[in-house]
This record gives sequence, C-alpha cells and structure tokens, in this order.
Amino acid sequence: MKLFRSFVKKEFYHIFRDVRTLLILFGLPIALILIFGYVVTSEIKNAKIAILDHSKDEITTEITNKILSSGYFILDENLSTEKQIEEIFKKGEVREVIIFEPGFSANLSKTGQANVQIITDASDANTANLLLNYTRAIIQDYTLSLNKGPNLNIKIIAQTRMLYNEELKGVYMFVPGTMALILLLVSAMMTSISIAREKEMGTMEVMLVSPLKPLQIILGKVTPYFVLSFINAITILILGYFVFGMPIKGSLILLLGESMLFILMALSLGILISTVSPNQQVAMFISMMALMLPTILLSGFIFPIENMPIPLQIISHIMPARWFIVILKNVMLKGTGLLFVWKESLILIGMTLIFITLSVKKFKVRLE
Amino acid sequence: MNTIIHIIRKEFIQIFRNKTMLPIIFLLPIVQLLVLVFAATFEMKNINMVVVDQDLSSESRQLIGKFKGSPFFQIQLNTFSQKEAEEFLKADKADLILNIPSGFERNLLKENSANVQLLINAINGTTAGLTNGYASSVIADYNRDVIIENINLNPPSSQSNVNIEYSFWYNPEMNYKIYMLPGILGILITLIGMFLTALNLVREKEMGTIEQINVSPIKKYQFIVGKLFPFLCIALFELAFGLTIGKVIFNIPMLGSLPLLFLFASVYLLVALGIGLFVSTLSSTQQQVMFVTFFIMIVFIMMSGIFTPTESMPVWAQRANVMNPAAYFMRVIRMILLKGSGFMDIWKSFASLLIYAIIILGLATWKYRKIA
Amino acid sequence: MTASKEIIISVKNLVKKFGHFVANDDLNFEVYKGEIFGFLGANGAGKTTAIKILCGLLAPTSGDIKVAGFNVYSQTNKIKRNIGYMSQKFSLYEDLTIAENFRFYGGIYGLNKKQIQSKTKLLLERLNLADQENKIISAIPLGWKQKLAFSVAIIHDPKIVFLDEPTGGVDPITRRQFWELIYETAHQGTTVFVTTHYMDEAEYCDRVSIMVDGKISALDSPQNLKMKYQAKSMDEVFIKLARN
Repeated sequence: MKLFRSFVKKEFYHIFRDVRTLLILFGLPIALILIFGYVVTSEIKNAKIAILDHSKDEITTEITNKILSSGYFILDENLSTEKQIEEIFKKGEVREVIIFEPGFSANLSKTGQANVQIITDASDANTANLLLNYTRAIIQDYTLSLNKGPNLNIKIIAQTRMLYNEELKGVYMFVPGTMALILLLVSAMMTSISIAREKEMGTMEVMLVSPLKPLQIILGKVTPYFVLSFINAITILILGYFVFGMPIKGSLILLLGESMLFILMALSLGILISTVSPNQQVAMFISMMALMLPTILLSGFIFPIENMPIPLQIISHIMPARWFIVILKNVMLKGTGLLFVWKESLILIGMTLIFITLSVKKFKVRLE
Repeated sequence: MNTIIHIIRKEFIQIFRNKTMLPIIFLLPIVQLLVLVFAATFEMKNINMVVVDQDLSSESRQLIGKFKGSPFFQIQLNTFSQKEAEEFLKADKADLILNIPSGFERNLLKENSANVQLLINAINGTTAGLTNGYASSVIADYNRDVIIENINLNPPSSQSNVNIEYSFWYNPEMNYKIYMLPGILGILITLIGMFLTALNLVREKEMGTIEQINVSPIKKYQFIVGKLFPFLCIALFELAFGLTIGKVIFNIPMLGSLPLLFLFASVYLLVALGIGLFVSTLSSTQQQVMFVTFFIMIVFIMMSGIFTPTESMPVWAQRANVMNPAAYFMRVIRMILLKGSGFMDIWKSFASLLIYAIIILGLATWKYRKIA
Repeated sequence: MTASKEIIISVKNLVKKFGHFVANDDLNFEVYKGEIFGFLGANGAGKTTAIKILCGLLAPTSGDIKVAGFNVYSQTNKIKRNIGYMSQKFSLYEDLTIAENFRFYGGIYGLNKKQIQSKTKLLLERLNLADQENKIISAIPLGWKQKLAFSVAIIHDPKIVFLDEPTGGVDPITRRQFWELIYETAHQGTTVFVTTHYMDEAEYCDRVSIMVDGKISALDSPQNLKMKYQAKSMDEVFIKLARN
C-alpha cells in the first residue's frame, strides 16, 4: 500500500511540474465556458443588409427605418442597380438584400398592392431563415398597421411560454455539453497519452518488473486524472451557476455522483485507447479524432439529435457523452431524481465495464 | 536548396513508413467528414407536439388541421388534460404543447381576437426559438386564412397589402450540408496539419535526433521549411480529397475558382502549421505541445464562425478574430465555393494571412535554437 | 599515431555555468591535429557539457575557444561544416534504413549523389555490412548501430570527429572493434576527440585529460600519467586523482 501511495505521488509530481499543461487543463474549461457564454451565439445580431430602393418614398423609408431600428440589422450599403446585388453578396459581408419596386407608395394607394423582394444569402441556411422571418415579421406588422378596417384586423395571438429556460439562455445547453466534453478529453485523452508515453519511452517495462502489480500501475496512473477531472467538473458547475445562472434544481450529490461515474467511464476509455496505441502521437490522434469531433457533433451538444438522419441517431447511442448530457439536463434543469435517470446511468456503468474488460484482455495479451 | 530536399525526403519516408498513423491521417478524417456532415444540421424535422383542445370547435379543428398538414410537426398526443400534456413534455416525448382554450371560436368570431398558448421545451434555446418560429408561422398562416375567408364574406372598402416575394440565393434547397462540409473539412485539415507538424518537431527533441541536426551546418530556415512542407502537402491533399467527396457524395456547389481556393488554403495552412511549429519551439515534450496546440485550436475554431455567425459575437471578440486564422479560412472557403467569390473579393483576407504567415514563421525560425 | 604539433582545438579559460552550478570551471587545454584525445571523468564531471560547447551545441559562459581555427561564438556554422559528432544516443533515425540514413546525413553535409554513393559503399564495406544497407535501424543489433553512427559522423571527411561516450552498453569485443575504427580514422589524419568513463579505453588515446568536479585535474599521455601517479592502469590513476 505504501508502494502504491508513493507511485501515485510520483504521478502527481509529473503533472504538477508541467506547469504549461496544468494551466491548459484548468484553463480550457474556463475558456470554453466563457466562449460559449459570452462570445458565440446562434442568435441574430448586427446582420449586414443592403437595400435597393427604386422608389425612395415616404413608405419605403419608413419600412427601412423600422427594419434598421430592430437591432437585428445593420445597413451596409444602399444599392442602385440590380447588378450590384451579386457583387455585394460575393464580397461576403452582406447577408440579405431588400428590393423595393419603383412607385411603391403610388402603387399601394392606387391598386392596394405593392411588391417588395427579399433575397437572402442562403449559404448559411439557418441564419438566412431567421433573417427572412424577422424581416417578414417587421414588414407584415407594418402592413397590418396600414389596414384599419375591422374585417381585416382579425388576430390570433399566440402566447409562448418557454419551459425550463424562460430566457432562452444558451447556457442550458452548453454547460452540460462542456462538462461532457472536458471530462471526456481530460480523463480519456490525458490518461491514454500518459500510459502511451511510458510505452514509448520504454519505462513501462521498468514498472512491470517492479513489485507493483499491473492493476496498481493502472490505478496509480489514473488517480491523478480522476482528481483533476473532478476539480474541472466542479469548476464548470461553479462557473455555470454563479456567472451564468445555470440552476441546479436537483440533488447536488446525485449530480456529483453521476459526474464521477462519467469520469470513471472516460478513464477506462482512456486506458483502452492506450492499449492499442504504440506511442503518444497515436493515442492523441485517436482520442482527438475518434472522440472529440463526434462528441461535439453527435451528442446533442450543439445540434439536436432528433434532426439527424436515422443512422446517425443510432450511432449517437454509443456516444457516452449523449447519455451524460441527458442526465445532467434532467437533474440540473428539471430537478429529477435517480429514478428518472436510472436508465442512462446504467448505460454509463455498462460502458465502463465493457471498456475495463476489453482493456484487461488486451493488456494480458501483451504480457503473454 | 538541396538540403531542404533531403529533409523533405526523409520526412516523407518516415510518414509513409509509419503504418499505424497512415489510416489515422488519411482514412479517419474522411470517415469523420462523411458521418459528421450529416449530423450538423439545424433543420427541423419531426417536431413532436401535444394538442390540448378545450374548445373542440370547427375553428379549433381547422387550426389543428393546419399543424397536421405541416411537414414539420407530428402530433403525438391529443388530450384534454393539461397535466398529462406537461408530463409528456417532461418525459421528452414531445417538444411543444398547443393549448387551445375553450371559447376560442366564440372569441374569434365575436371579438375578432383569440388566444392560444404554446408551451415549448426550451432547454435547447436554439431549437426552441426555431420551433417557436415554425409554430408561429403555421398559426400566422391560419390567421391569414381566416382573414381571407372574412374578406370574401364582407368585402372591405379599402385595403393595403404588401406582397413579399422572397428567394434564397446560392442554396435554394436550404441544404445545411453545403454550409457545414467546408466548415468540418476546414477543422479536419487544421487538426491534421497543425498537430502533425507540431508533434513532429518536438518528437525529434524528445528522441534526441535533433542534436545531430543542430550539430550539422543546416540553416534554421532550411530546417523549418523542411519540417513544414510535407505536412502542408498532406493537408492540401486532404482538402482535395474532402472536396472530391463533397462533390461526389454531397454535390456541393463549386462556383468559384478551385486554384484560388487552394492558394488561399496554402497560405492559411502556413499560418496554422506555423503556429504549431512555434509552439513546438517553446516546448520540450509531446504532451505539452499536444495540449497547448489543442487549446489554441479549440478557441480558434469555436470563434471562427463555423457553427455560429461571427457578426453576432460581441465587438471585442470580432476584433480578437483578427488573430484567428480559422476565421479567415471559414469565411473564404464558403465564399469561394458557395458564391463564386473571386480574388478581388478576398484579397484583404489573403494579404492579412500572408503577413500573419511571415510573422509566425519568422518567430518560429527565430525561436528555434541550434545552440542552447 | 602520427600527431603533428598543429593546434586544431584551443580552449582557454572555458567556464560554463548553469545558474549557480559550475559545470566547467576554467578549463584550459589544446588538441593537436591527428591525435586521439581522450576526455575522461566520472559521470557528471562536466565532460558532455564541454564537448557540446566545442561542437556548437551549447554556448559557453565565458572563455576563448577555437575549433578548427574558427571561434565558437561567431563562427559556429563554419565549425559545424568541419566537424562530425556522434552522440550518446547514436542519433540514427530508427525508422529509416542504413542507406537512407547515409543519404540524408551525406546530403545535409553537402555531398552530391555520387559522393554519397561512393562514400556509403566504402564505409559499409569497411564494416562488412555492404549487403545490409536496406535494413531498418530499429531491426539491427546495438553494436552495428554504434559503428554505423560513427560512419555517418565521418561521412563528410571532417577535420575533427567528436564522440560522446560512444561505447556505452556493448560487449568488450565490440568495443575493441570500434576502437579499431577510431585508429583507422585517426591514421587518415582526422582528429578524434572522445569522451568516455571507461578508464581502460584511455590507454588507446594519444593524450588524455581527466576531469573531476568541473576542473581538469590531469592532462598528459597515458604512459606519463601512470608514471607520475605510480599506477599500473589508468583506473588507478583516476582513483588516486578522485581521492584527492
């Protein structure tokens, strides 16, 4: 036992001496949360538009003003010919062009009809859709205000209540997602690199002939990363709670317990990766390419799983991060207890056992 | 010059002899590209909804009918009980509850105004916003129907109507993949290029072979170029491979000039790989390099506009993006492919990256010490 | 062993400090062209530090040092063109073949294709390894690696070749064979500067210097040293010096 303890101490020293890596390990979750919280958003703000106004009369000016004062749009340029439309899109700054036909007000009073054309750059289909909807809503609102007859002013008012997330804070998605990503990366990637390093440097054999049992070696290597990941998890939760107002409606103990379960799963995955990696570079690339990108994209972190094609939805079932995010959201936002998330927890336990079994098998094969 | 060729040749031999890494470098990114492009979509399909109709009138049924007819919505449950509907939502079996209170038809016909309620699971703020948008436009559609019906029954004296015609350029089918593929491809080539380059240099340090290099008359810039070139080639090759897949499997448009794209990509990669090399010159172990490079890459990518528009970022972040090569690349690759932008449209970005490349490679060469 | 009196390495007042630790404490010595100069001392005495300074791998803290006529502060590139170096880790690339290693190192020292080919042939024949040139380094025994690393170090016919603990970890017979290579090379006029902690190898050198705790405690031919310290072997000389 004493031997084990000194081994674990040595592993801690390794990590703490490498100040740069340590800074990154603690700085990464903080940076990610800050970026998600303060920097990136899929909402529309300051979208640059261009206006081709053939009439330049009272009404078109009023509509233009309403659009520009909405806060979503910024006027980039006033165009004068149709030809300029393609040019300005190609420059890449403008996302939407609004075209008013000539004689707008005149047509409106004479025939009761006037035409406006909205062209959006739909290469980013999502933003284009949102921009179009906002523009349309503003114009339609204005149109309704022109019509005062009782027969035309029939309105169905839809009151929307956003449940669990009144203000549509992006936080609610990204705190669980960031937790899953960071824990996975720190635990799985670091563990796999650390063990692969011993292999590459040849020091693994030195350890194997020492009185330490293989199980102790693995546990010793893994313990510091368990501690680090746990600290990371708490950091993320604290940041989320205090800085961004992410609620923790459910039991904190359950939350921490599930986090530890996920960390264990990630550690066992890291061990498994190290058994198939002859050196650090391979371990790193496998962890990164096979873990990071799919986790970000398939776990429901940014893109909702229900919208993906069926084969991908099936694949997302084997992404551990997916289940952990569900657990986190349920416990933190809905305040549910273990009974609600027992299924997902069981899946995580199962995955951990599978990874450990596979690792042990591979390890034994190597020793023979 | 000969020296550089010798270094490049050695690097290529080593890369291709490394049997474990070859599939990781060449196969894995392509598999990822194929799989992940399908995942990155905000397209809403199958919004599961619950209908609580407490009016049971012909108008309420017509409103519900509009939802039934919409390709976006699937009505999973019809119920009277508000509580049952909310339990359903809580269990994630539906995302939206449409609540039509009793008296809906009466209010609509007598008071010209009626209320309905939409309860949306807003944990995912983005999709909740979209769901709200879609549901609101179905309701607005129905609203219009009611108005038109009324007009036909009671023609008005005057009426103003602004017709809105809209069109989506460059992507009329609103296909998210053509936007995401260049983005994901960009991440992949950055990942491969930056990491391979950075790890390669620091591994020579760790293994000790760098001493033989330092004791030889190789000039610093020769060494840096020799370490840069092979991985630049590999990254460009991946770009070509990825674009081919994009064309063949996803049919992405390629409106602009491909040579221009590759020229721009080369300059971008010089910056990305240069950053990797610079980090290498500052570190002594592979682990350190991996982590620092990883950190830099994640921040760059998140802020590059790959998933979310850069204009929506706070001003200070947009200014910081001047230092973010990925932001330039994401913007330009989409501009060239999807809109056919030409050199005159991107020359500013091109010049900026060129200057950036010269600075970072200069820094890396300067920081690399043959003499300790 | 034909050593001329031409000075090819000149070291005056060499000091190297790492922070407060003085690795090389005011070293003074000269090496003559064509001689086999042994740089002895226990591990940690400062040998590797000194050799790295002479090779232009490490910058000295102070001192007047000239190698092959060039000074170590401002003319390191000229020095590097004229020296060869074999490090403790035998820096051949493990994932390249023998021929590929030769081609690479020959190339970066400025040899053209023909020169590389003829030199490679010559050097491999000398080692009886001519038919092994396509073997990968990781697959060959340590003794071969050692001799190959030495050959690579002299592929460009340098004036001086620096060997840092070149015979670590191999059996006495292989060591003896290695020293035969060193003799041949010195015989052809190349100066050999070799560090080692094997005291018996000191007998093979023309002159030896012994470093203790960063200072040179003795500098002379092996015979003179044995006479001076009344020792039967260099081992004894060293122990007597270390005790003082």
